[in-house]
Amino acid sequence: MSVLAPRRSTLPGFGLTMGLTLTWLSLIVLIPLAGLFVRSTELSLEQFWGIVTSRRTLSALKISFGLSFAAALVNLVMGTIVVWALVRYRFPGRRLFDAIVDVPFALPTAVAGVALTSLFAQKGWLGAPLAALGIKVAFTPLGIFIAMIFIGIPFVVRTVQPVLIDLDPEIEEAAASLGAGRWHIVTKVILPSLMPALLTGFALAFARAVGEYGSVIFIAGNLPNVSEIAPLLIVIRLSEFRYADATAIAVVMLVVAFVIIFAVNRLQRWAQAQASS
Amino acid sequence: MTIEARGVVKTFGTFKALDGVDLKVANGELLALLGPSGSGKTTLLRIIAGLEWPDAGEILFDGENALDRGARERHVGFVFQHYALFRHMSVFENVAFGLRVQPRRIRKSEAQIRARVKELLDLVQLDWLADRYPSQLSGGQRQRIALARALAIEPRILLLDEPFGALDAKVRKELRQWLRTLHHSINVTSIFVTHDQEEALEVAHRVVVMDKGRIEQVGSPNDVYDAPATAFVHGFIGESIMLPVEVSGGAVHLNGRPLDLAAPGDTAGASTLFVRRHDMVIGPADSGTLHGAIIHVRSFGPVQRAEIALTEGSTIEIDAPRDRELKIGDRIGLKPRHYRIFASG
Repeated sequence: MSVLAPRRSTLPGFGLTMGLTLTWLSLIVLIPLAGLFVRSTELSLEQFWGIVTSRRTLSALKISFGLSFAAALVNLVMGTIVVWALVRYRFPGRRLFDAIVDVPFALPTAVAGVALTSLFAQKGWLGAPLAALGIKVAFTPLGIFIAMIFIGIPFVVRTVQPVLIDLDPEIEEAAASLGAGRWHIVTKVILPSLMPALLTGFALAFARAVGEYGSVIFIAGNLPNVSEIAPLLIVIRLSEFRYADATAIAVVMLVVAFVIIFAVNRLQRWAQAQASS
Repeated sequence: MTIEARGVVKTFGTFKALDGVDLKVANGELLALLGPSGSGKTTLLRIIAGLEWPDAGEILFDGENALDRGARERHVGFVFQHYALFRHMSVFENVAFGLRVQPRRIRKSEAQIRARVKELLDLVQLDWLADRYPSQLSGGQRQRIALARALAIEPRILLLDEPFGALDAKVRKELRQWLRTLHHSINVTSIFVTHDQEEALEVAHRVVVMDKGRIEQVGSPNDVYDAPATAFVHGFIGESIMLPVEVSGGAVHLNGRPLDLAAPGDTAGASTLFVRRHDMVIGPADSGTLHGAIIHVRSFGPVQRAEIALTEGSTIEIDAPRDRELKIGDRIGLKPRHYRIFASG
């Protein structure tokens, strides 16, 4: 350990904090995840493959990851616009709007699900006019998409906000004096400076949407192969006492989520290196 | 390009940053705006650049109104105290920025842009840093890149806001020399803001001394040093001995005792006598018009500095050549070689 913990360090407590970190992360994260893998080894490879490539599982995974990705993209764009307005302009009610952003964080997801469902149901405030246009939201994949946008928006806003606040206004003045118009200032100076934070916000919103259960199941309708998300399929398998099936789907979700988060992380590091190397 | 400011006023809340400023800058001139912090010098520079708008007054470029154009259309190169380089771009891309954002119809080809950037990096002697990022450069290098970036658009005017303010003393001195040489070779009308009088006097053709949002004096470095127009300028530039005196009918009194000095015709009442430290001639105790005893002597560089307790009550510091023998306790007489008297206002 002498390599990791030099005997004399200006920052004391390395041994203690490192020990606690490893113990805590093991207890809270690693051991439960390892249990998941152990459980899935009860299945033979063919059985495992059969479960994860069944039509219902594949549809559920596609819905979960596909809609989460799309929702995270929408949150990235809209969240950035919200941050811009909150940080750059002073308008009446700004603090209120700033506080409202956190509501999806705090609201029990089931409450959000019920609220969204009644709002978008065929007779709901928004559902009725949309139904008149022939758009059905509640009990369709579109409903899942909207629930995922709802729960993801604070992640983008709260990640990007402090970075935009810290952005030196002088770099915009410099760009303007060099002849850059508004569009060039935003696309060539501001957005690249925000890129690491944007990617982090995107990854967080995406991860949250993939794992979301409570708000989605109310609005989804939960039709197998159409609007059934992977977490729900896992719960269904568990209630049927098909634990191995449930863990197999869970393992696939875990691996895919890990790969995506890892990729975003790499991208984010690259962007950070570009910004500050 | 000539620049003219007419009656420029700017307030921030209750603070009057500029209080009626009139200034003319000649074509190709290198002008320094000098003053303490809060004197309005940076605000004036930012108004000329189009980064700030005045509450009243006019800014004219070559006699044409500049205020109806924003920073983008004024074609002004601006260099910031803290560089304001784009951190996510390489040095090359920073310098190329102004060329890449030009409207398509006048934008140069990629080859022309590369050639121009190369030329500018050569001009600031940093062509070997083209692929680095700003955070990998020293302060002095960053500021030279910021200057190259500002020059890329071939500005009609170059404005520098405390360009060397964030650098250490040695680099500052080097860059001063370098800025002078650079200005000589590109010869574009330039204004730089500084609170460092040495910098202003050494680099600029003309110095504008500002205080509390007003211009106190405009003149060559020699003018503002040798012939300060106001008490503020005399006190701010160079080191001065200041003594409170009373003037009546052309006679000057210090603590009730008449001095052998003549006051300018229009001064009367409570005034301040200003003498440069090196303009005090030291003589025997019974000579001169001011008298006192040496209480402290320090030597550095070509001069020695003596602290003298005047019999009239105050303590002053004077500079004398190193070869003049001064001993603590000696009683001496002093006579100012040059002096100025300004009414206390």
